[in-house]
Amino acid sequence: MKPGVFSYEAPATVQEVLQSLAARTDSAKLIAGGQSLAPMLNMRLARPEHLIDINGVSELSGIAIQGDRLSIGALVRHDALARSELVGSCCPMLAHAAGTIGHYAIRKRGTIGGSLAHADPAAQLPLVALVLDAEMEIRSARGTRTVAARDFFQSIFTTILEPDELLVAIHVPQSRPRESWGFRLFNRRAGDFAIVSVAATLARGDNDSILRLRLAIGGIGPVPVRAEQLVVGDPARLLSKDWPARVGAMVADTIEIQDNEQIPVAFRKELVAALIREVLDQAVDRIPEHPL
Amino acid sequence: MSQFDPVPIVLDINGTQYRVFAEPRRLLSDVLRDDCGLTGTHVGCEHGVCGACTILLDGAPTRACLTYAVQAQHHEITTIEAFGGDGNLSPVQQALHEEHGLQCGFCTPGIVVTMEAWLAENPDPTDAEIRNALSGNLCRCTGYHNIVAAIAKAAARRREGSPT
Repeated sequence: MKPGVFSYEAPATVQEVLQSLAARTDSAKLIAGGQSLAPMLNMRLARPEHLIDINGVSELSGIAIQGDRLSIGALVRHDALARSELVGSCCPMLAHAAGTIGHYAIRKRGTIGGSLAHADPAAQLPLVALVLDAEMEIRSARGTRTVAARDFFQSIFTTILEPDELLVAIHVPQSRPRESWGFRLFNRRAGDFAIVSVAATLARGDNDSILRLRLAIGGIGPVPVRAEQLVVGDPARLLSKDWPARVGAMVADTIEIQDNEQIPVAFRKELVAALIREVLDQAVDRIPEHPL
Repeated sequence: MSQFDPVPIVLDINGTQYRVFAEPRRLLSDVLRDDCGLTGTHVGCEHGVCGACTILLDGAPTRACLTYAVQAQHHEITTIEAFGGDGNLSPVQQALHEEHGLQCGFCTPGIVVTMEAWLAENPDPTDAEIRNALSGNLCRCTGYHNIVAAIAKAAARRREGSPT
């Protein structure tokens, strides 16, 4: 459980990181919190020649409102995200989800950029980024580009990031008036990755009408997926007493669930239905009676 | 000399400077134990699951096995050796002792370090919150009930302001 040899540097600025990445291309790996990468290094599942440690790059650790979006530096740690008053008030689902990651000591170290770039298909933050239509700000020595969450995650542990690119910030559009949320994951032990996880937002109009429903599911395929397009007919337009259960059943019946040796599809289908019901119950309960 | 060879590393541990030579790939947990002689930090799984190697990095609980010693330069490291001593146990240590919150003791340093930091941030926890916080430290002796009782007792004493 000792890593193979690697060389190491700890640049102080984004510019230095980008230059080093450009010079080394495939042979270098970025390390932030290291809560996923270090186990892979220790077990020698990853064997980079060089580590670029970005923990000292202070320009990556801010949280701020920029226009109508909440912007979060890639180096913001899960515990800081969970405790941030700004995140708690502008984007409570993100704060809540960050507080459910791993264990206390893991949350103290792990970062939002690291979690998104690692792209574990069962992780919390990729799911939340997807359901909230977050945008990833990506930089390299070649320039800057912004990629929507739904294009960012390509496959299991695979994102659109090129070897010379650094994820520098995550921009999350603020919620609409009278928009609420729900988030729930199912795992067998506290701190484990989810077997299935579900996140949703619900914007409500007059007379129980639905202005916008966003629904995303993790743990059923190589990347988290959006699922509100599977909600059709009355449940797409109107809340009713049994609405959460109806939506859960409708989505579970139609969504594609990838087969997996450990967790049977039938079980995960039941989890999808049950978690959607719970998450939408939460969203309905959280809607304020009057516009904010 | 290649770029993979040992490099000089200065570590600030419990207020003392340690100067060691270590390859960049050396785990902080190994350097603490083998190079600095601070064997109170225990090594269990070496992939961040068991929590036995937990130390504080600038006050924040951190897995020493998921940190390379070279990364810990210019940061304050606090290990179990900084908590209490003979006849002067920390609140969590004293409560673990009284509540029989350990048997073999292998996981105990990680639990003490983690929970002292956690109680400083969460001074009035419920039992459910304590259980959740303890989920990152594996104990295979006690069944956890006595550890939960000990943490609750330590929390109450901290609130009263008396260490024991």
